Order: sequence, then C-alpha cells, then structure tokens
Amino acid sequence: MLKKTSLNAKHHTLGARMVDFGGWEMPVMYTNQIQEHQAVRQRAGLFDVSHMGEFIITGSDAVTLLQKVTSRDISKMTNQQVALGVICNEQGGIIDDITIYKYSDQKYMLVVNAGTTPGDYDWIKKQAVGLTVQVDNISDTMTKLDTQGPQAETILQKLTAADLKLIKRYNFIDTAIAGIPMTISRSGYTGEDGFELYFTNTAAEQIWDKLLAIGQDYGLLPCGLGARDTLRTECGMMLYGHDIDINHTPLEAVYGWAVSFTKDFIGKAALEQQKQAGLTRKLVGFEMLDRGIARDGYLIYYNGETVGAVTSGVPSPTLGKNIGLGYVKYGLHKLDTIIQIQIRTKLVAAKIVKLPFYKKS
Amino acid sequence: MSEHKIQNDLYYNKDHEWVKIVGNEATVGISDYAQQLLTDVVFVELPDIGKIVKQFERACVVESVKSVSDVYAPVGGIVAAVNKALETTPEAVNTDPYGAGWIYKLSGVNAAETSNLMDAPAYKTFLDQDKAK
Repeated sequence: MLKKTSLNAKHHTLGARMVDFGGWEMPVMYTNQIQEHQAVRQRAGLFDVSHMGEFIITGSDAVTLLQKVTSRDISKMTNQQVALGVICNEQGGIIDDITIYKYSDQKYMLVVNAGTTPGDYDWIKKQAVGLTVQVDNISDTMTKLDTQGPQAETILQKLTAADLKLIKRYNFIDTAIAGIPMTISRSGYTGEDGFELYFTNTAAEQIWDKLLAIGQDYGLLPCGLGARDTLRTECGMMLYGHDIDINHTPLEAVYGWAVSFTKDFIGKAALEQQKQAGLTRKLVGFEMLDRGIARDGYLIYYNGETVGAVTSGVPSPTLGKNIGLGYVKYGLHKLDTIIQIQIRTKLVAAKIVKLPFYKKS
Repeated sequence: MSEHKIQNDLYYNKDHEWVKIVGNEATVGISDYAQQLLTDVVFVELPDIGKIVKQFERACVVESVKSVSDVYAPVGGIVAAVNKALETTPEAVNTDPYGAGWIYKLSGVNAAETSNLMDAPAYKTFLDQDKAK
C-alpha cells in the first residue's frame, strides 16, 4: 500500500501521472515534463514534496547530538540558517543527505529523504541515548511545498505580510502564508531562486490552491518529480539512492565541502583514513559526445576497461545535451577526460565536465 | 489521458507497435496510445539495416526523458530501411505516430504472421479493456 500526501486528490484531479517513489504515490508529471522543467527555469513551478521526512530535535543536548550524527559543524550555524550535510555510518558510508534548520541552540529541524526516513529516525534515536534531547518524527503531519523559479518570490509575496526579500539564500523565517503558520526557507533542489514551505497537513489543499491560482498570472506550473530530477541533475545535485548511498562516502561524492573535520562525528575516523589513503573513485559529471542517454547502472569504460558506472543521466532541457553523473576510477575524474559509456550493445563517447552543468547567471 | 487515435489499415500487437504490410514489406511504428504513455520521446535508437528480427523480438529502443522502452517487431523480417529523420526530430513519434513517426521498414515479411496481431477494432477493444483495469 503506497503512502499518499495530503495533496493526492489534487494531483489526480490535475491528471498527473502517479508513480511509486520511495513507497509514496507521487506525481511524476502533470502534462509535460519538459514544459514543467522550463517553467521553473523561466517563471515558476510548484512541487508537492511532502513525502520527505522532518524531525524536530529539541533539548539542551541538541547540538551535541547533531554534531555527532551529521557532517556539518553545527556550532557554526546561526539562528534561522539552513545547512546541507550528510549522516554517515562508522565506515563513512552515507546513511542520508539532509537539510538542517536551526531555530535556536535547543531546537533544530532535520529534513530527510522519503525512503530513508524510518532508518534515519531509528539511527538518530539510537545516537541520542543518554543525551538530554528529544527527537520527534513529525513527517506524517507535515506538508512540504517547494515553489521555485525567478517568479517564486513575487508569487509567494502576494500571500504574506513578511518581506521575503529579507530572507537570504539558505536562511528561513517562521511566518504566516495565507494565514497559515509555517517555516519558509530560501532554498531548493532546482538551482533557481525559490522557497521551501513546511506547514501542517490540514492546510495543504488551501495553500496549494492559493499558490496555483496566484501563480497562474506568472506562468507557474505544478511540477512533478520528473522535472525535479532533470532540474537537480543540471545543477549537479545528488539524489540519494542513485548518486549517493551507504556504499559511497561524502568524499567520493562531491560532498567534501559539507564535511567538517574540525569536530567529532560518526564516520570521521573512516573518512580521515580514506583521505589519507587516497580515494579510489570519484563522482563526476559528464556530457555525451555521441548520440545516446546514459542511465543509472550503465557501465563506464576507459581504454577498454570498466572504470565505473553511471548513477544519473538525463537529456538536459536547458542545455540541449545529454548529461549524467557517475563514479569513475580516481585519476580519470579530471576534466575533459574522454570516457565511453555502454548503452545496450554500443560504447558511446562522453566527456567529463565541470559541475554544475548549469548555473543561474 | 485523452482519446487515442487508432488507424484502420494497420495491425497492432499487445506491446502497442503498429505495422503496415504491403506485399512482403512492412513499416513499423508505435501507436498513439504508446506515445502518450511514453510522453516526450527524446531519443530513438534505430535498428541496424540488415538486422534480422523474428516476430515479437526486440528491434530497437525509444527513450523518453525518464524511461527506456523496447520496440518489438510485430512481424519478422530483415530491417530494410530506418527513419533517419528521428535522429534529429525524435518528437515526430509523438506528433505523428502513424506518419512521420514511423521507425523502420522490414523486407522478407510473411503476411500470414498478421494472424497473431490485432486489427484496428480488436486493438480498440484491447485498449478499452486495458483502461478498465
């Protein structure tokens, strides 16, 4: 039985194509995936991402717990700040990639992936034993909407008295949107300006309808997970379960910047050791030089030898090229290296390029 | 999903390919239903000319943004021609599935194999049952 968000009926009414994503019935597209992608790049898009999980961490040992379980130096965060990071196991393998919201020294919110929510919760609870801290999984009560794109601020501003211009990138405020109290951060998973909204399920349909209605004048479209995938891939953002997982470390992925070695955390020793011994593989971005779309799992070759595998691959609507992410043997990760990707029976040439593929000008 | 066009003079298989047979030659594409299901076709991997395919064997591949789908041979034969235009305009499979979106032609076709396929009315019934599921 698939789980449903509070907006499930709305998605069906809009004629969305629904798929199983991490155990949730989610819209993959409404009318046209490429148009939805372009709406976000050029105007605005609205995503229901309520399948994602949220934990509230409170108590005098909140910082101690988060220092232990996440890769970020929590002590450096300011109130109202948003930070990306990872949770590692003792071996340095990535349990999940997360977003951390700091309300105060004694209150944080962690936003986690849908499929990993139960495992993350158990892991964090286990690490909290003996600490003065409470970990609440509020995922089932929360709706999360992302409104993304150059017009996102203008649209959202119509629904609140708070001056959204004052929210800096990777910061958040608690305010009311259309009278509903919520946390809104200027952040997202698309590479565009935009906001992530967290609020109670009971207001889900009301807020969704208001944003669609106001957004209409600005060319906002409801967007599915399909567009979300091409948008995030263009920005070189990783997707858990594809580009990162328990068998890869943040150093092998491009999450080194989110790892602080100046504090203690679970997995640190293993990562330090890996750093010292040297990496054996590295996540890279590539673009196809010949015809073909690389897909998750396709093998990567160099000089007739298997040197890695693709983890994500899409046609990029913005760049008009086929792009992808994958791991290659360390040393082959350098820019402009020509690799081959096995697509069914053929080897197709690709070139390693700089990430992100797309950056907002 | 909106209505699906079904063209009368064609045969269809359950994987939603269509075939038009003239003498011992056949033209193959995917049905309007299939293209709607796929959504935007962004890549067509055409079969090699001269490739021999048996009935219902995989002949080539079409890809949407999100998915890779096999295109089967509704009848057996030898690949005699491919629609090269799809290399630059794969979207023709969406916009004109029974016309400009044709994918490949077979020669050496045995027309008797159409007895394993559906004609237009039978395909319509098949789709109606599919939708009722």
